[in-house]
Amino acid sequence: MDNLNSNPLTRPYSRKDIGWRLFLKTIIARAYPRIVGQQREISWVLFEILLPMFAVCTYVFVYRALEAPEEYVGFVVMGGAMTAFWLNVLWSMSSQLYWEKQQGNLQLYIIAPNSMMAILLGMALGGMLATCLRAVAVTVFGMLMFGVTFQIVSYLQLFAVFTLTMIALYGMGMMMASAFLLFGREAWHIANLAQEPIFLASGFFFPIKFLPFWVAAGASLLPLTLGMDAMRQLVFNSEFSGGFLPVSTEIWILAGLAILFIVVSKYLLAYVEKLAVREGRITESRR
Amino acid sequence: MQTSTSWRSFRTAAWLGWVIESNWTDPFLFAVYSIVKPLSGAAILVIMYGVITEGNFDSALFPYIYLGNAFYIYVGAVMTGVSWAVVDDRELYKTLKYMYIAPINIPIYLLGRGGARFIVGSIAVLITILTGVFFLNVNINLAEVNWGLFFVSLTIGVIMLALIGLMLAGWTLITARHEGFIGEAVAAALYIFSGAVFPLDVLPEWLRPVGYFMPTTYWLELLRRSLVGDVAQAFPTLSQFSNLEILGVMIGLSILFGLVSVWVFKICDNIARENGMIDRTTNY
Repeated sequence: MDNLNSNPLTRPYSRKDIGWRLFLKTIIARAYPRIVGQQREISWVLFEILLPMFAVCTYVFVYRALEAPEEYVGFVVMGGAMTAFWLNVLWSMSSQLYWEKQQGNLQLYIIAPNSMMAILLGMALGGMLATCLRAVAVTVFGMLMFGVTFQIVSYLQLFAVFTLTMIALYGMGMMMASAFLLFGREAWHIANLAQEPIFLASGFFFPIKFLPFWVAAGASLLPLTLGMDAMRQLVFNSEFSGGFLPVSTEIWILAGLAILFIVVSKYLLAYVEKLAVREGRITESRR
Repeated sequence: MQTSTSWRSFRTAAWLGWVIESNWTDPFLFAVYSIVKPLSGAAILVIMYGVITEGNFDSALFPYIYLGNAFYIYVGAVMTGVSWAVVDDRELYKTLKYMYIAPINIPIYLLGRGGARFIVGSIAVLITILTGVFFLNVNINLAEVNWGLFFVSLTIGVIMLALIGLMLAGWTLITARHEGFIGEAVAAALYIFSGAVFPLDVLPEWLRPVGYFMPTTYWLELLRRSLVGDVAQAFPTLSQFSNLEILGVMIGLSILFGLVSVWVFKICDNIARENGMIDRTTNY
């Protein structure tokens, strides 16, 4: 009996990972190839840092050409840093299921006994290295190149806003992923389309309060809109950083959005997965 | 009738590119897609401008920014379009290896793929400009437009962009899939150094020479001058030069960039063949 147990081929399957253990292991398993893969050709670091910096520089110089108050430079730098998180959700999480389908991995994810949410979180976590590098690089670059300074009003509120924004954002990313599961060739185009219009609606490069009230209110369904508005109020203590809504109100709305998106994404993902299986779209690869 | 390999490659690639670009959805959604993205990019600048100037759209700076941004759509479309064809064909459709063994001219084929993006880009440019004219007080008087200068500049500029795209396509050939960003990175860099949405004088002094070396700087200046003449000449950056002088500089720089691009593509193409990168897929 001892001999049987010591042989990995004949040993009984004694430690079955289920529940949270399986969930966590799935996250790590999906994040692993992304992190390791990125190390194989690290030229991405150059582009991940360069790309957002160019955009930030452009908008900063536009404000300088318009002789805008220096606070606006800080707004642009913050917006540039936050684009990293939106792009990570959009390309490395939502539309990733489309790429996985093209590569033939999606059916393996479906038949494996793990949670689809865990796979999506693994993708996000794996892309976090590049995302954080991008966000930090833009912030440091903005501070060094354009002399942006931060005057933090409340660290506690800032932490709450950032955390809730990220939870709501990635919850929304999971919701979007379920929709992308149904897309064919249009997935790439839809993801591509969700860049500039979102940068516009969410006020990445200008305060959202300058949009008409109902437009800003509608855009507030995107977590980054209120997240950035609140963060601007909390890190730039100036006459220009007045927000769309008071910070405390925005924190409550972000908390509501976080819960809503996480709960809805869980059910939507399960529903769309079933639908995709029923309609045979899991292996469909129209090109 | 026998057609040349180059023309056949270009024509077929342009048609293929157009089909790939347009047939993923119905025409209405395709039209929306083609319009919303560039208009949103323009709207960001319009709102930034409106916030700071409190809605004063009569300043000469506004048409400078607006038209520069509108024509810059071509840079993203044509230049990035040529280089993205490598990522598309190699990584997504996995057909690049077949293209290489087919009796076509590969550089011309890639330029043809950019040709399709030129058509889509032209629609976006036109709609962006019309929006500016009808809703944002961008004053273009058709009777005063220098059409000759406009079409000559536009044609040379688009060829120049396609050739720079060829250089980026070569670079893309020898790098991994995430280097689809090469085109975007270069387009973003040119956005700053070409004075597309702000006069070059706003740049720090040590960065301005980079802008003066870019053919896109002169291309955008000529397009603005041909459409809104005096407004464009109101900014000091290139005001001491006549249209003909700027055209001469642009042609010279375009030839230089074109030759370098063809040379770089040949080298990269050689490396890709030697190292088996023509059918490489990289996705993680």
